[in-house]
Amino acid sequence: MNQKTLTGILLDEGIDLSLNDLSRACSSSIEWVIELVEEGVLEPIGHEQAGWRFPGTSLQKARVALRLQQDLGINLAGVALALDMLDEIDTLRARLCWFEINDI
Amino acid sequence: MDFKDYYSIMGVERNASQDVIKRAYRKLARKYHPDVSKEAGAESRFKEVGEAYAVLKDPEKRAAYDQLGANWKAGQDFHPPPDWDAGFEFSGGGPAAGDASAYSDFFESLFGHSFGSAQAGRRPAGFHARGEDHHAKVLIDLEDAYHGASRSITLRTPELDSSGRVTTKQRTLNVKIPKGVKQGQRIRLSGQGAPGLGQGQAGDLYLEIQFNPNSLYRVEGRDVYLDLPVTPWEAALGATVKAPTPNGPVDLTIPEGTTSGRKLRLRKRGIPGNPPGDLYVAPQITLPPADSKAAKELYQKMERELAFNPRSRLGV
Repeated sequence: MNQKTLTGILLDEGIDLSLNDLSRACSSSIEWVIELVEEGVLEPIGHEQAGWRFPGTSLQKARVALRLQQDLGINLAGVALALDMLDEIDTLRARLCWFEINDI
Repeated sequence: MDFKDYYSIMGVERNASQDVIKRAYRKLARKYHPDVSKEAGAESRFKEVGEAYAVLKDPEKRAAYDQLGANWKAGQDFHPPPDWDAGFEFSGGGPAAGDASAYSDFFESLFGHSFGSAQAGRRPAGFHARGEDHHAKVLIDLEDAYHGASRSITLRTPELDSSGRVTTKQRTLNVKIPKGVKQGQRIRLSGQGAPGLGQGQAGDLYLEIQFNPNSLYRVEGRDVYLDLPVTPWEAALGATVKAPTPNGPVDLTIPEGTTSGRKLRLRKRGIPGNPPGDLYVAPQITLPPADSKAAKELYQKMERELAFNPRSRLGV
């Protein structure tokens, strides 16, 4: 039992993650994370791969990509498409809500 | 323990081919995947389907499961017959490490004991490696996102005991939940993942924030939505009414002539942050029941004195 209260770091937009952080947190290879960048799923800051920094919210996206890939057997291009469409559905839902607020 | 009918979970016949089972799984997995589906209960359905597939896709496990016979009904109280798996050999493939609770008791009672012990290979001396990162979910109330909170979470981690068998170790952590967290956000606790090997560092623990279901509020990002019942006269004449918010009750002005479907926005009353979310209140006009003489007379008076036809736009 550990009764001390632990304070973690909230991974929001203000936190940077490295290529290593992401690959470890997804129990995946560095190459897998690089593929996610190549598919445009993750957008690191910085030109040199060694110096790439990812916004903290990237982990959420990478984990969803990992689950979709493993659970549904889709390749990374398919994962990228699914993620884009899920984002689009969220945007449309928000806009629908906005119309309900202002239009009626 | 309840018997699970893996064939009916997958919606396939008992004599379905492996191809049919695979197609059924893919279809159900896409439908109920918790990252894709917004349906309530999708996640538990997805786990159930995953468990059924883990058994039916594997010819060894499927043959052993089939041996239990077709007379069992889903939900029936079940105890595996002694030595039920005699003569079968399972080549591993259990739930992933760190996910000991992924499968049902039914599954564990049939297949749980036969993997794990075999995987426990000894590491050569002098081997150092950083421990794995672990992931867990932490359930909080919406109010905790407004104020911050402390949560105690219990983690079950598979570990090797001295004889090399896999056992589940429980540990409890107290964790500070910062103010302003959103659904799905993660908190990193350095060094709280799996212990390193040799002199390797321990891994990290990532906690994913999930809100407990709330009967009053719906949350999207940092915006919060509330349905607020109002009387017909409050909606028609305008009024100041009390409304609950996760931050405590507030006085809310209902504008004159409020109609159903309209939403009122309370700026910056959503989940705090930069920028903070908004709170949207949707007034629900609620009719008083005509259950007394006085109430009936009031409705009859309106009927007589208000020339109101809500169907005039429908041409009738």
